[in-house]
Amino acid sequence: MRPLTIWKELSMEVWHQVLQQLINGISLGSIYALIALGYTMIYGIIKLINFAHGDIYMVGAYIGFFAITQAHLSVVPALLISLVVTGFLGMLVERLAYKPLRHAPRISVLITAIGVSFFLEYTTMYFVSPTPRTFPAMFGDVAVTVGGIVINGQQMLILGITAVLMVILTYIVQKTKTGKAMRAASFDTETAELMGINSDRIISITFGIGSALAAVAGVLVGIYYNSIDPLMGIMPGLKAFVAAVLGGIGILPGAVVGGLILGVVEALVSGFISSTFRDAAAFAILILVLLVRPAGIFGKNTKEKV
Amino acid sequence: MAEPMLKIDNIDVYYGAIHALKGISLEVNEGEIVTLIGANGAGKSTTLRTISGLLKPKTGSITFLGQSIAGVRAHEIVKKGISQVPEGRRVFAEMTVMENLDLGAFVRKDKAGIQQDLKHVFELFPRLEERKNQSAGTLSGGEQQMLAMGRALMSRPKLLLLDEPSMGLAPLLIKEIFNIIVDINKSGTTVLLVEQNANMALSIANRAYVLETGRITLSGKAQDLAASEDVRKAYLGG
Repeated sequence: MRPLTIWKELSMEVWHQVLQQLINGISLGSIYALIALGYTMIYGIIKLINFAHGDIYMVGAYIGFFAITQAHLSVVPALLISLVVTGFLGMLVERLAYKPLRHAPRISVLITAIGVSFFLEYTTMYFVSPTPRTFPAMFGDVAVTVGGIVINGQQMLILGITAVLMVILTYIVQKTKTGKAMRAASFDTETAELMGINSDRIISITFGIGSALAAVAGVLVGIYYNSIDPLMGIMPGLKAFVAAVLGGIGILPGAVVGGLILGVVEALVSGFISSTFRDAAAFAILILVLLVRPAGIFGKNTKEKV
Repeated sequence: MAEPMLKIDNIDVYYGAIHALKGISLEVNEGEIVTLIGANGAGKSTTLRTISGLLKPKTGSITFLGQSIAGVRAHEIVKKGISQVPEGRRVFAEMTVMENLDLGAFVRKDKAGIQQDLKHVFELFPRLEERKNQSAGTLSGGEQQMLAMGRALMSRPKLLLLDEPSMGLAPLLIKEIFNIIVDINKSGTTVLLVEQNANMALSIANRAYVLETGRITLSGKAQDLAASEDVRKAYLGG
């Protein structure tokens, strides 16, 4: 009848969907960003791809789960408890598993990280059983509609908490003495030692902060998707690794941007193609990055300076 | 005679299987400039890295101000009053000049004293003040050397270890840097200087040691060594 109007309406519909998927993608991407930050910080300082990082995130989710269901805490205290306990767990893992290997070849540490990953997965499984747990529904009835785009309560929680954590992290890294020491040690550990910086302490703090961020991501995912299980960390752990590589591993803003891009791509693929291809899209990105720009979006092509 | 400030007694240091230092002994007295000269690979840097705690001696002792410091970790050594300017400057390239200097004072808490030393560093190296908000990686080689020296001074060391400060610099700049080393020494900092540029090093030092493949082969007053036939042949180009 009037093809132009139909086309207009159709494109409005598509446009609307794109925006909706963007919101979903940014929420998911914030989770990836929180996990990827830990990956990238730890890589920056000891050049270790910490494959146990996704499992730290899983433990964080369980601590949050028990804080909410057993101790009947509300979200913010539960997040704080999970953040602190998981932060210390990360430091403990570093102390027991990685510190003794400080001067060992990198492959030994990498294999140890895989071992730690299994250890965390199956120890957790032993104590909490492999059955998925259901997070109590939260913020289900809260939602804001902006121009037809729905942002639900959980998404607002994710976006809000992530934003607050980014601000705090930026402050710590840029302004505090410890943050400066972290940057110095990740640039050149030996010279940092010559400044009087105890690199062991800085490495420990880095694991603490990275693990705390992952813990928050774990609790937020529990609230967002309702369900947690002992193997839930494997896929997001790998995806966050992709995000960190995409942004440029070792670079903090890179992890955030990489996480957000990955989240948005996944949401768009799920929304417009099929959610079956979601994971494939994530790893296709990894392959593309490695082919086209191995150093990542923010990475410099590091050539040895003469 | 007073005890030397730094006394290294018969140390052996290994890099994995390589026996890098073979029974080295040397002394630095308070107020001196002592230089350690020798060819590439003789063990000069290894000696400094052992003093500053980056390497551990397998045997032998290192005493600083009456305290044993062999095997003490690098970040603890700084607190005792030894600061090193590493070979190749090793400035934190991604951080600003100011942040680099702040890190030099990492172990200190006396804000007034830090401020005072910052002023002193900017007097020694006015160019650093001009570029204080620039990232260290954008500085020229000479400026990076100045920054590395300023950074080391910010811990207010009693003993300053300098590893090849002349490396890769133009002759005029080398002269400037060496004049500043003399100034630093005059204002009360003892200096242990490692150099391949033996001519320059001997011209400002009180005493010198010659290192050859992990052993000290000669030592004495700098001016005597500069005049010695052996040293002239081997290190001063005839």
